[in-house]
Amino acid sequence: MTTATASIQTPVDPHHLGRAGGGGDETPGSGAGGPAPKKIVVAYGFWIFLLSDIIMFAALFAAYAVLKNATAGGPITNELFSRTTVAIETVLLLLSTFACGLAAKAAEAGKRRLAQIGLLVTATLGVAFLVLEIIEFAELIGKGAGPDRSAFLSAFFALVGCHGLHVAVGLLWAGTMIAQFKAKGFRADIMRRFACFNLFWHALDIIWVAIFTVVYLLGTLP
Amino acid sequence: MSKTPIQSHSHGDAAPGDEQSDILAGISGYVIGLVLAAGLTATSFWVASTNMLWEPGVPIGLCVLAIAQMGVHLVFFLHITTGPDNTNNVLALAFGLLIVFLVIAGSLWIMANLNANMMPMESLTNLSMQH
Repeated sequence: MTTATASIQTPVDPHHLGRAGGGGDETPGSGAGGPAPKKIVVAYGFWIFLLSDIIMFAALFAAYAVLKNATAGGPITNELFSRTTVAIETVLLLLSTFACGLAAKAAEAGKRRLAQIGLLVTATLGVAFLVLEIIEFAELIGKGAGPDRSAFLSAFFALVGCHGLHVAVGLLWAGTMIAQFKAKGFRADIMRRFACFNLFWHALDIIWVAIFTVVYLLGTLP
Repeated sequence: MSKTPIQSHSHGDAAPGDEQSDILAGISGYVIGLVLAAGLTATSFWVASTNMLWEPGVPIGLCVLAIAQMGVHLVFFLHITTGPDNTNNVLALAFGLLIVFLVIAGSLWIMANLNANMMPMESLTNLSMQH
């Protein structure tokens, strides 16, 4: 009887996800299996939050694109941005994302020291990124190109500043994770929190890709 | 009803960022992602600074490279794949992308239209001079 059922089910449910099994299905997240594991639900919820965050950035990008030429007689993009700084910032953030991924793998393997070192590298690279950005902002404001100079500069500081703010929050979160690994170990809830941090940090790098292309590279074309 | 041995999946969904493989394979995935992302970034900076390319095509090329790199990040770092257990995540992403597209394209379209229909500055000043 069992083999007969299996042979009937195979074409209906080729990946064995249990979605087509009907009432007798014991897979969590479908049929009689009850709700999906908390790990799945939490990460999915955080993914929805990240997408809403990306939509907020889309609004800031739209504002920047619309106001790019509204310089009110002030400095234009080509006079303000340095490609060298942006290249360094990009490399820092990319390596930081990579280190974060490795820390996640170390945590999965239950290696606490490695996970903490990975997170420390992640955070250090993040701090370096943030310092470079703050220096850049300070230079701009010192040159009289602060957010109050023109609509273009307001949009620029809103967009890039919002990303910087996210990085700062992420750094705080990374520090918290390092401390919680020490204080609480690899408990299920800590691992879920860490998975969310991982998603957050990777998403920030995706937004940075858009920023360095749209703001800095397109803004410094001859 | 006993489970057949082929049913190795213990659950039906994958979380974003989730990966069902061993540690070494996971790390190699991150390394591939890093190499691809670094290559695309380097290409972006090269495209923006070189004189070898046809200039009007450069902005479009940069946008394509950026979108490609975002795709690399999504697949290799966030592990959003086309796998059958990833349907929910992909659907949420697709909806998010739809909203992003509407917000950006809609804003640009409406504002360009408003600018095009705006009365030129000179005629505005002329109007005020007549009073």
